[in-house]
Amino acid sequence: MSKYSVFSLVRNAFSYHEKWQRAWRSPDPRPEYDVIIVGGGGHGLGTAYYLAKEFGINNVAVLEKGWLGGGNTGRNTTIVRSNYLWDESAALYEHALKLWEGLSQDLNFNVMFSQRGVMNLAHNLHDWRELSRRVHAIRLNGIDSEILDAQQVKAEAPILNVSPNSRYPVMGASMQRRGGTARHDAVAWGYARGADMRGVDVIQQCAVTGFAIRNGRVEAVETTRGRIRAKTVGVAVAGHSSVLADMAGFGMPIESNPLQALVSDPIKPVLDCVVMSSAVHVYVSQSDKGELVIGAGSDGHVSYSQRGGFDIIEGIMGALCELVPIVSRLKMMRQWAGIVDVTPDRSPIIGRTPVDGLFFNCGWGTGGFKATPGSAQVFAATLAKGEPHPLAAPFSLDRFRTGRLIDEAGAAAVAH
Amino acid sequence: MFLIGCPWCGPRQQIEFHCHGEAHVTRPNDPDAISDAEWADYLFSRVNTLGIHYERWVHSHGCRRWFNVARDTATDRILAVYRMGEAAPKVKT
Repeated sequence: MSKYSVFSLVRNAFSYHEKWQRAWRSPDPRPEYDVIIVGGGGHGLGTAYYLAKEFGINNVAVLEKGWLGGGNTGRNTTIVRSNYLWDESAALYEHALKLWEGLSQDLNFNVMFSQRGVMNLAHNLHDWRELSRRVHAIRLNGIDSEILDAQQVKAEAPILNVSPNSRYPVMGASMQRRGGTARHDAVAWGYARGADMRGVDVIQQCAVTGFAIRNGRVEAVETTRGRIRAKTVGVAVAGHSSVLADMAGFGMPIESNPLQALVSDPIKPVLDCVVMSSAVHVYVSQSDKGELVIGAGSDGHVSYSQRGGFDIIEGIMGALCELVPIVSRLKMMRQWAGIVDVTPDRSPIIGRTPVDGLFFNCGWGTGGFKATPGSAQVFAATLAKGEPHPLAAPFSLDRFRTGRLIDEAGAAAVAH
Repeated sequence: MFLIGCPWCGPRQQIEFHCHGEAHVTRPNDPDAISDAEWADYLFSRVNTLGIHYERWVHSHGCRRWFNVARDTATDRILAVYRMGEAAPKVKT
C-alpha cells in the first residue's frame, strides 16, 4: 500500500488521479481468526488498527453488516472535546484527545482534526455556577479549560445573540481551546486503511446473527457469510449492543434512542468554533464546506428507526433562531438520526461480559465520536491482554452491580 | 412524530406524551433477600428490544394518566394500547 504524501499527490496528478490504489482490500472471511471485531465504525476499526500496530495481533477480522462508518461514525456532529467532570471520564477522554492530536500523522490519512475550540454556554445563574465548578474540576485534572464572560463569548462567536433581553441571555461560557471537530468519515477510512495495511481483514456486508458459546466461552460467531471461529470477540456496535448481547444470552443496562442532527445550506465562514448549549440542548459548528452542522436532542423512547421525531427538530430550531438569529434565513438541507446506546449513568461500558472471551465496548450514548481513538486503543489493550486497560477498568459492566457508577448524566458538559 | 391513542382521550400527538421505558418491570418483593446482581438487574437492565417493545407512556399534557403501549421499535408503529395492570397483549409486527 503506497504512502500518501505531497509526492504521491504530484505523481498521481500526472495520471489525472486515475491510478490511485484502493485504500483497503475486500477479502472473503477466513474460517478462523485470533480476534474478531464486530462493528466497522470508528471504534471497531480503530480497535483492529491498534491490535495490529501496538500488540502485534494482525490475524484479525472486522465484521460490518453495512458499509464502513455507515452507523454513528457517519451520523454524529464531529465534535471532539475532553471537558468531563469526573476523574475517570476526564482521564479516558483526555487520552482520546491526545491521540486525536497526532492521529493524521499516525494514520498517514488526513482526518482534518481542527482544534477550533469548544464553547459551552451558560444562560442562567445555575448554569453559570455549574459551569464554573466544572471548569475548575477539569483544570485540576490538568485539562485546559477557561471561563469567558458574555463579551468574550460575543468576540469568539459574533453571530450569537448575547443581549440580556434575548430569550436565552448568555451569561458566559466555558471554553476548551484544544477541542474542535474532525472529519468523521476520514476517521473510519483512515483506521480501515491502517488496519488493512497491517493484515487485518475488513469484511463488509457481513452481519452477525449469533454466537457459538460452549461452557460459558465464546468459540465462534455465526454470520450471514458463515461461521467464523475466534477465541476472542470484541463487540463495538453502538445502538445495537443490546441486540448482540441478547444473542449471547445476557442483558445490558442500555436503552437505544434516535439522536438527530441536521445541516444547513453552505454559507460563507461565520463561525470558527463549536458552540454548545445544554439549556436549550443545541450544538452548532460550521463545516469546511460552509454548512452549519447542528446537533439536536434524542427521542425519549426506545427506537431503532434511525429517523427521530420532528418535534425535536422544531424545538431546537426554535431555540437556535433565538440564539443565532441568522439561522432564521437558512435552509436546512439534510436531517438524519443515529441510534445511540444510552446507559443509566451516561458513561460507556468497556470490558468483560458474562461470556468468557466476549468483550463489549458500548454505551457511549450521545458522545462516542470524540472518544474514538482512546476507546479503540484501550479496547485493543483489553482484548490483547484479556483484562481491562487501567483507563477502561472503572467502566466495567460490573459497576452497575457494585454501585460505583460514573454519573456524567448531569455532570458532562452537555445535557443528555 | 406519531399519533398515540390515549385510552381516555383518544388519538393525540406524541408531543403531549412522555415515554417512561420498559413496562412490566416488577420490583422485587423483598430487596434485602436478593443479591446485588439481582437488584442491579431490576434497577438497570432493560430489554431494549429491536422489534415489539412493551412500554409505559403518560399523557403529561392531557389527562396525565399512565398506560402501556406495544410498539415496533424498528418502525415506531404502535400495535396495541392497553391499561395499567392489564397483561401484555400478544401482537405481531
